[in-house]
Amino acid sequence: MAKLMMKGNEAMALAALKGGCKAFFGYPITPQSELPEYLSRYMKDYGGVFLQAESEVAAINMVYGASAAGVRVMTSSSSPGVALKQEGISYMAGAELPGVIINVMRGGPGLGGIQPSQADYKQVTRGGGNGDYYCLAFAPESLQETVDIIKEAFVLADLYRNPVMIAVDGLIGQMMEPVDVDRPVPEYNIPEKTWAANGAMGKRERNIVNSLYLNPKELEDHSLRLHKKYLKMKEKEQRYEIVNGEDAEIMIVAYGTMARICRSAIEVLKEQGVKVGLLRPISIWPYPEIAFDELSSTVKGLLTCELSTGQMIDDVKIANRGRLPIGFFGRTGGMLPETEEIVDAVLEMLKELRHE
Amino acid sequence: MSKIVFQKTKALTDKEFSFCAGCAHGLIHRLVAEAIEELGLLNQAIGISPVGCAVTNYNNFNCDMVQAAHGRAPAVATGIKRVLPDRIVFSYQGDGDLASIGTAEIVHAAHRGENITVIFINNAIYGMTGGQMAPTTLVGQKTSTSPFGRTIEQAGMPIRMSELLATIPGSAYIERVSVHNPVHVRKAKQAVKKAFQMQVEKRGFALIEFVSTCPVNWGMTPKDALKWAEEKMIAYYPLGVFKDKTKEAQ
Repeated sequence: MAKLMMKGNEAMALAALKGGCKAFFGYPITPQSELPEYLSRYMKDYGGVFLQAESEVAAINMVYGASAAGVRVMTSSSSPGVALKQEGISYMAGAELPGVIINVMRGGPGLGGIQPSQADYKQVTRGGGNGDYYCLAFAPESLQETVDIIKEAFVLADLYRNPVMIAVDGLIGQMMEPVDVDRPVPEYNIPEKTWAANGAMGKRERNIVNSLYLNPKELEDHSLRLHKKYLKMKEKEQRYEIVNGEDAEIMIVAYGTMARICRSAIEVLKEQGVKVGLLRPISIWPYPEIAFDELSSTVKGLLTCELSTGQMIDDVKIANRGRLPIGFFGRTGGMLPETEEIVDAVLEMLKELRHE
Repeated sequence: MSKIVFQKTKALTDKEFSFCAGCAHGLIHRLVAEAIEELGLLNQAIGISPVGCAVTNYNNFNCDMVQAAHGRAPAVATGIKRVLPDRIVFSYQGDGDLASIGTAEIVHAAHRGENITVIFINNAIYGMTGGQMAPTTLVGQKTSTSPFGRTIEQAGMPIRMSELLATIPGSAYIERVSVHNPVHVRKAKQAVKKAFQMQVEKRGFALIEFVSTCPVNWGMTPKDALKWAEEKMIAYYPLGVFKDKTKEAQ
């Protein structure tokens, strides 16, 4: 199909429909409101259900219910709203319910601001909910990549029976880009949802969807079963892109909108004869640790760039395992850096590395 | 030749209840289960378990069950009913769950006129956590967090959920019942059946509030607890139908 020129939030909504989403429950919040607005208009054309909930808390619990009934379901929100959803996300992980949660990130803490931010990195990758659990989490940088990953997210959620989070900053939600919403989704072998509580109809034994295990041994066994699943995700779902990695002296580590600004900086530096590459995590949980094991021997340092005061840098440290010096550049609160600021940060780090 | 005069309903499993001696939860579970079976709804029923004393009732109701976060059962029920409108969806919630932490969810489920059936158990106390004050605790009633008795100055008046929900245009049937004696047990069952029938007829939100007992946390014998329910609880929580859209339509 020909490409469509779409706004990010609307492209994400259409991607959900193309990904087989049959139910959406959400609550208005800037800068993602065009997403539920789009679905309120078009969901019925795809035979699905749209409902504006009374709160983010109610929305995620409606998602929990619809998912328990075996239906592909999604919610979207922005940072403070996703904070409110954490209870339900923990319950979904515990009850092994699939579902897609989109976070169009804005500044925080508290009410923060409404401009683009990556300050929810830890909320997304570590979760604010209780217990031993993780969500698969992806942080795309373009609308095409976002559309493709949302469609695949519904499949991955079903495959692992686990919530999947899509974390994009507000810029991706608000910008316009051409997208092809009909690119094929990778094929997976998804088992039938024989576990769903959709009314036994006399055809099978009854199903129970539950996250309560009062017997500690049973809860330990359940947690270990979940842990095994997370290990499998770590093995199979680490995703990243390497740009100019062959002979880079410094590798920038950045994702989402920050990665795009870093790409421009890399081009500027190239003209100055400075060899800089980009390691761009696409999955942020599991973190693409394997990418750090395959870096070129020319790399002398890593520069973590984020739209926060430094959250992903902790994962960079874990993945780096003490091998290379790590620098940091960040803007936060909704401020986006100019290309030159990244260029300067790279040049300064180079100076330190070369002991100039 | 022997004749069967009583049989346990098929809508309950053989799993024993986890309730304290003298508690009315078990009886109410039986009434709900019998209503579901007698209306022929068991195969299409999906129940929502709350957080509270009935948290493990997914082991007892013999149909598909979904356990919900504290107070969120009406939202979970909404999610299920919206994607499977031809199934029968019910929640079973206590007063801590429905009248305290879950007030937003129950009010908005009623407000939207969600076509679900809610069984609400009001025993004026938090049972499972050990007898703390609930929004429904009576004035003067002693609990583990109102050791000198509930005062209006500190905690306000007890909340009457049936009356509150009846004011909402989306609610279709609201009735408060009691199980303190056999006559009322029979009446209560009719009310539960009516609430499920409302859902079958797609009339919207139906809720049955049970005035119930908690002998252990009230510090009474089961017999005294029934007496206290009759004398004190029903005086503040009057029994009756607060909303009936079938009547309004006539």
